[in-house]
Amino acid sequence: MPSFVNPEKCDGCKAKDKTACQYVCPNDLMTLNKETNKAYNQEPDLCWECFSCVKICPTQAIDVRGYSDFVPLGASITPLRGTDSIMWTVQFRDGRIKRFKFPTRTKPEGSVVPYVGMSEASESELRTQELSGEPKWLGIPELPRMKK
Amino acid sequence: MNPEVVRVDTDVLVVGGGMAGCGAAYEAKYWGKNLRVTLVEKAAIERSGAVAQGLSAINTYLGQRWGEKTPEDFVRYVRTDLMGIVREDLVYDVARHVDSSVHLFEEWGLPIWKTPEGKYVREGPWQIMINGESYKTIVAEAAKTAIGAENLYERVVVTHLLNDPSDPGRISGAIGFSVRDEKLYVFKAKAVIVTAGGATLLFRPRSVAEGLGRTWYAIFDTGSTFAMQAQAGAEMTQMENRFIPSRFKDGYGPVGAWFLLLKSVATNAYDENYMQTRAAELGKYEPYGSAKPTPTPLRNHQMMLDMMEGKGPIYMRTDEALARLSGGDKKRLRELESEAWEDFLDMTCSQALLWAAQNIDPQMMPSEITLAEPYIMGSHSGCAGMWVSGPEDVSPPEYFWGYNRMTTVKGLFTAGDGVGAAPHKFSSGSFTEGRLAAKAAVAYCADNPGNVQLDEDRVNGLQAQLFKPFEVFEKNKGASTVEEVNPKYILPKAGLTRLQKIMDDYAAGSGTWYRTSEPMLKRGLELIGLLKEDLTNSMAARNLHELLRGWELVHRVWTAEAHVRHMLYRTETRWPGYYYRTDYPNVDDANWRKFVNSRYYAESGQWEMSTKPYIQLVQ
Repeated sequence: MPSFVNPEKCDGCKAKDKTACQYVCPNDLMTLNKETNKAYNQEPDLCWECFSCVKICPTQAIDVRGYSDFVPLGASITPLRGTDSIMWTVQFRDGRIKRFKFPTRTKPEGSVVPYVGMSEASESELRTQELSGEPKWLGIPELPRMKK
Repeated sequence: MNPEVVRVDTDVLVVGGGMAGCGAAYEAKYWGKNLRVTLVEKAAIERSGAVAQGLSAINTYLGQRWGEKTPEDFVRYVRTDLMGIVREDLVYDVARHVDSSVHLFEEWGLPIWKTPEGKYVREGPWQIMINGESYKTIVAEAAKTAIGAENLYERVVVTHLLNDPSDPGRISGAIGFSVRDEKLYVFKAKAVIVTAGGATLLFRPRSVAEGLGRTWYAIFDTGSTFAMQAQAGAEMTQMENRFIPSRFKDGYGPVGAWFLLLKSVATNAYDENYMQTRAAELGKYEPYGSAKPTPTPLRNHQMMLDMMEGKGPIYMRTDEALARLSGGDKKRLRELESEAWEDFLDMTCSQALLWAAQNIDPQMMPSEITLAEPYIMGSHSGCAGMWVSGPEDVSPPEYFWGYNRMTTVKGLFTAGDGVGAAPHKFSSGSFTEGRLAAKAAVAYCADNPGNVQLDEDRVNGLQAQLFKPFEVFEKNKGASTVEEVNPKYILPKAGLTRLQKIMDDYAAGSGTWYRTSEPMLKRGLELIGLLKEDLTNSMAARNLHELLRGWELVHRVWTAEAHVRHMLYRTETRWPGYYYRTDYPNVDDANWRKFVNSRYYAESGQWEMSTKPYIQLVQ
């Protein structure tokens, strides 16, 4: 079904104007049922199983049941995404469990400074081939020119 | 429906906030500090586009600072991989700039694997390994911070571009709607950069029912880039090209790390390595057959021959690769196992779930790979897209008309999957190409400071057209007791499956082992024509979500039509392993080592096909 929502855990993001899963789903699938105040996937056969909703859900109410036409039942992969890493629990159909932890970022979210260390753009440089911060950010003395 | 109309007046409008769009927004604001830069995206940019789920590798990095590769090396590699025809000016341009983008990603916080000497760990000659679960989140933050959150319009889908009524060969804006509220958005812009990705689900996929969603490329890529620009009169190139990925079966997990980093081999069910047993087959396709590495289509071709002979399943020998690489060292084996799982979990979670559900442990047993359904795109090992100007210092006159990455419509730029004949950009190259387009777009704005005009009659007409599916539904819903089966209208899901059947049956889908011919393609075009009529007259939608699906479908159909028209025009088989013209089964360098272009004329509804010369720039 792709992503599905556990009604015991989903609190509809406490009736804010939009739920976290609704905010993030790249394919406009996650929806809030206003009567039950629970989220659901409105078009499971167009779910990419990208796990964006699973990762963002504040109550860990969302899971993925693999596509019914080729995934046997009984397995799960569960992410726990922290500020700089993600932990995955992989449970096999036969009960085996594996855990993996991978880094996700080296600097805190919100710390990106655009054009860091670059001088202000000038009108004359607008007509050159160099992109912002080049050649410095290329790490070579000058932008290559084609040898003809 | 009487939607609220929101008018947005801007200088540079970026349509689509994937890798290329984020690169464009970021770069546009640097050069155009005093310009208004607006980014519009149908989802949320922190998880939108092809990199939404993350990536486990960056496939285009030259390492120029360490003297690893040169842009000329890259051109030679890419040219061969696409069987001799690419725009070398465009490919070169991405290559010479791409390292600076990757260095910025690292600066912004993307973890890149390092060797003990501090260099990036190579997956292959062009690829580097990353911990990329948050790749898109990081890149999106840079774009959003650069332009300011107030200039980002999320959950707004652009459906059409607008031409200037005083000069129809010039762009002046775009129109679309909110997928959340009843709002129509009309953007007026001096320059528009379309970076809305490639096209998925044009063909009946190998998986069905729920598995429809498990496309290899991002399912939100619906051909909008191609359809909208073609309708605006921009010339397309190489739209006959497609990419057929060989991937882990059904989950479509990546094979790059296995083939390149982990040095795995793939064999058929009888332990034969098709790359060895089918080596002689490559001799039919010289000079490309003997090139190293073997071009991607030809590797597909070898694998396909085994599958058609019933020698499948084809297996990736993961067990052998891990045993060989670890050399019996248990600690090393655990590291390799973790790397193998991360490769899926960072970019194709479904494949990891499938392994777990089938009790597949890669160190214990091999895993099936297969060839997927076709994808139309310009950033991977596929080169469909728009015909654009190259950079002034590299491009010959035939390939240069004033502004880098500008299409044949003035003020209309594109990048990433949108630029044709310039493959192998991947994530880093697409971001870089967005930057290139943006810098040129800012220069275009500086050179054309006057106001552009919107054709208000067309805006009104499009407003009616965009929301017509709601009317069609309301007017006709009484004709049946169920909404899904009604003789008066077609719902988007039904239209999608109809398109997929046409394309699979007639246009070299996986169902025919990617084979087609002139009569097949002509019949396919007739049926696409009927589908287009139905969508124009009778497409229905019951809510904004379904309306979004409806317009995505229209874009897919236009992309499919362009693909069929181009395949019909190129009377050769340029990319065996991608598709075969059974009536012209050979690579015909004497007649067809050139680009196939097309242009759609909105006034007459006619398509005009032409060819453009391939010019070799790098020896």
